[in-house]
Amino acid sequence: MGIPATIREDFPILRQRVNGHPLVYLDSASTSQKPRQVIAALVRYYEEYNANVHRGVYSIAERATAEYEAARAKVARFLGAGGADEIIFTRNVTEALNLVAYAWGRRHVGPGDEILTTEMEHHSNLVPWQLLAQERGARLRHIPFDDRGRLVLDDLDRLLTDRTRLVALVHVSNTFGTINPVAEIARAAHARGALVVVDGAQSTPHRAVDVRAVGADFFGFTGHKMLAPMGIGGLWGRRDLLEAMGPFLGGGEMISDVWLDHAQWNELPWKYEAGTPNVGDAIALGAAVDYLERLGMDAVAAHEREITEYAMERLGEVPGLRILGPGARERGGVVSFAIEGIHPHDVAQVLDTEGVCVRAGHHCTKPLHRKLGIGASVRASFYVYTIKEEIDVLTRALEKTRELFRVAG
Amino acid sequence: MSLDDLYREVILDHYSHPRNKGSLEGADVTREGANPLCGDEIRIALVLRDGVVQDVRFSGKGCSISQASASMMTERIKGARVEEARRLIAAFKGMMHGDPAQDDLGDLVALAGVRKFPVRVKCATLGWLTLEGALEELAER
Repeated sequence: MGIPATIREDFPILRQRVNGHPLVYLDSASTSQKPRQVIAALVRYYEEYNANVHRGVYSIAERATAEYEAARAKVARFLGAGGADEIIFTRNVTEALNLVAYAWGRRHVGPGDEILTTEMEHHSNLVPWQLLAQERGARLRHIPFDDRGRLVLDDLDRLLTDRTRLVALVHVSNTFGTINPVAEIARAAHARGALVVVDGAQSTPHRAVDVRAVGADFFGFTGHKMLAPMGIGGLWGRRDLLEAMGPFLGGGEMISDVWLDHAQWNELPWKYEAGTPNVGDAIALGAAVDYLERLGMDAVAAHEREITEYAMERLGEVPGLRILGPGARERGGVVSFAIEGIHPHDVAQVLDTEGVCVRAGHHCTKPLHRKLGIGASVRASFYVYTIKEEIDVLTRALEKTRELFRVAG
Repeated sequence: MSLDDLYREVILDHYSHPRNKGSLEGADVTREGANPLCGDEIRIALVLRDGVVQDVRFSGKGCSISQASASMMTERIKGARVEEARRLIAAFKGMMHGDPAQDDLGDLVALAGVRKFPVRVKCATLGWLTLEGALEELAER
């Protein structure tokens, strides 16, 4: 069963015209659009049962608590977690990774230890480890990528040493779109006694993910790239690790008891959720999970593969256009490219006048772009609501861009 | 918003045929500037004699607006007195932030349309801010 043709009716934002043209939204890797079912869940919370959770004894507070925890259970099932108590709500993947760096890393990474990441990481999966390494006197190492944006694993046995404490890597690259062989790397890491932290920002929205089958010990995800609002995401962690680790932020909710000079930590998952949580957005994330499960993640992945194959074929027809990264079968719904003689910002600017939204810049992967010898690229990315006609509009708009800049070819 | 406001003929011409591009042997000052958000980079090198910009070169990578603006800037300040260069910097920055364009900006008025595209203002001013930094560096010596 594929994605129903009527799906676009669920996304109110797609009905509008921008600069005189129908909106063609090809920046879902930055943030996805939201279906009315998710917006309705958010509005329902604020109009019917807005109340703080885990506190009130009155009816709407009980409902808020129940819906908040039900959303956690949905996310846990969606990701293949061992239980809802292994899901910690955070703002986004960045916060999830920083949580691991702070609560686990500061305790288990010491002078001379090593942290292995890759050259294609988003800044959010680089900088927290740089901070940790600086603070603890540890060393960062990096798995390189090849000229088609695939990780080179030939030297993995050398990069992983007895000092490697942690391997932090991206599941699906936000720039190349590469689907990384996380399970294979995790096996090698575990054989050396290292833990594996996975940045799942670009995988969880687009394909069925089972955090345990992937071999992760920690796995960060974010709601706003999977049809939910911005400001809600989370961390899955192995229960034994989460239980053994210290807390992250201190405050209310994360304690079971407090004295003037010390405190006892709450049980999982609340031990890591200090302060009033983002209840409304968590509930809306639950609605997004419901929506994706109704579509079926295999149908979502198949749809995106079809769109991606078509996009790579059509973009390949544009003279002077170079696609970064691997072939369509090895990538998710992300296609970054460069056009000879035209800067990505200029490309995106001209596309905007045709109603086409693409990302131009380094996509928070500066080291990746530096290695490629380019400052920036253009990125088109797709989701459940993307249709082939939009790829045609993109291709025509790129032709127009070339005409404007009079690029020969 | 029309693209013609942004991509004026003279801008596209400077982008495809940049003036005074390259490095400068024996420069009195070389200053680098960058726009961290978009990754644009620029380097301005100056030779000054008796308070006059005797020679100037720029290099770097970036979008048409940043590169054309820097190219036009070098053309305009070559041979100008430092005080005049400073005045131009102020006038150009003012134009980018909504002040009426001043007469002595000449061809640079072609860049006035950029201010209708707020995200791109930083592209247009990158070279000018880098030049401003270079002149300050010289003044502090």
